[in-house]
Amino acid sequence: MTAPSEPTAAIAVAGLRKDFGDRRVLRDLTLQVGWGEIAALFGSNGAGKTTLLRILAGLARPDAGQISLAGRRIHRRSDHARRLIGFAGHDTLLYNDLTCRENLAFYAQLYGIRNPAAHIAAVLRQVNLSDRADRRVRTLSHGMQQRLSVARALLHEPVILLLDEPESGLDQTSIDTLGQLLHDWAAAGKTALLTTHNEQIGLAWAHRALGLNNGGLAYDNRLSR
Amino acid sequence: MKLLRPTLAIAWKDVRLELRSRDTVISALVFGLIVVVVFNFGLNRAPGSLAPVAPGLLWVAYSFIGVLAMNRTFARELEHGGLDGLLIAPVSRDAVFLGKALGSLVFMLVIQAILLPVFAVMLGLPALSPVLGLIILLATVGFATIGTFFAGIAVQTRSREILLPVLFFPVVVPIIIAAVEATALALQGGPAGPIWSRWIPLLVVFDALFLVVCSWIFAFVFEG
Repeated sequence: MTAPSEPTAAIAVAGLRKDFGDRRVLRDLTLQVGWGEIAALFGSNGAGKTTLLRILAGLARPDAGQISLAGRRIHRRSDHARRLIGFAGHDTLLYNDLTCRENLAFYAQLYGIRNPAAHIAAVLRQVNLSDRADRRVRTLSHGMQQRLSVARALLHEPVILLLDEPESGLDQTSIDTLGQLLHDWAAAGKTALLTTHNEQIGLAWAHRALGLNNGGLAYDNRLSR
Repeated sequence: MKLLRPTLAIAWKDVRLELRSRDTVISALVFGLIVVVVFNFGLNRAPGSLAPVAPGLLWVAYSFIGVLAMNRTFARELEHGGLDGLLIAPVSRDAVFLGKALGSLVFMLVIQAILLPVFAVMLGLPALSPVLGLIILLATVGFATIGTFFAGIAVQTRSREILLPVLFFPVVVPIIIAAVEATALALQGGPAGPIWSRWIPLLVVFDALFLVVCSWIFAFVFEG
């Protein structure tokens, strides 16, 4: 899937609200992320970062507000939106007793990917796991599992990547690999929204720094390169 | 194809995971044997005189094994967020439900096929009959359908191991009754009329009904 050339925002959120019981996690959140932008979302624990990503990924439903992806308003459940988005969260969404290749082949079937073998080989190369393709996931280190999770998110060629603390548990080499991947991602005109507690990494990777505080946008700074 | 491909992918993934780990198969087999042995001693009957209670014993064992299998089918999805992986994919909730149910069905049928000859020996039954095989197949389709539905609900709660049997057994009772009655007739070797005219059609109707209702409600339960 290629990023659209029209000047609509890749991600547009307006007046988003989400409550968990009595606790308001997102309050009237409004933000936009453009095409070719990497946006880093900062905030303390409980600020609403993961909730925002889960809502954008279609894993949670907002209580109020509007979401548009690639210029199209998203209602409840949309297969179109699911194809636009690649999501790598805290959990790897992988099966320990399947190999890397089998995990990716399973997701390739769910996404109806044609020529899955080529796609799988390509994403494994992108995250430097080609030599572990036939190893079971449980035998991989945490960092490798994280990279495989990113490969899973990239498999169906989405145009919007949502990453929840992607640097967690990665060694420096893996962080560099992921940084390069995001750089190439943005250069291709695609968009990524990532959360992180690591300011150094977030600021190095991103074009924009967004701050969440108490479920609202506290700051939105464009970063100079 | 839109429904079939992801359904088969999910079912095959579950079967493959079970073939790799074998943890549920082994525990279900041992559990099934224990149930029959315990009932055997508990009823304190002479060998060969268990025929009147054999259908009940068979289906008690199969029901408990079913719960064990169902608990596992969604618990495995929780380990690394696999359930989220299914829900963010562009596949219908029907496909997720049917895939999980199909995987459970295959798994339960394999366990039942292994245990049936053992039960036949222990309970002194002529258990290897095509009619009995059909009854087991139809009843297990109902078990897998209802069990997958409630396992999907229970997995979202903390007390899922307890909640599943509490939800599952009251609803599956009609299927157990039909299966026990049909099994009793099949094992007696008497006239097969009521099996074909009453119990098998009843099982087919229950299966169809639960398949439609459960997959429909499942979509609402798992809506993000």
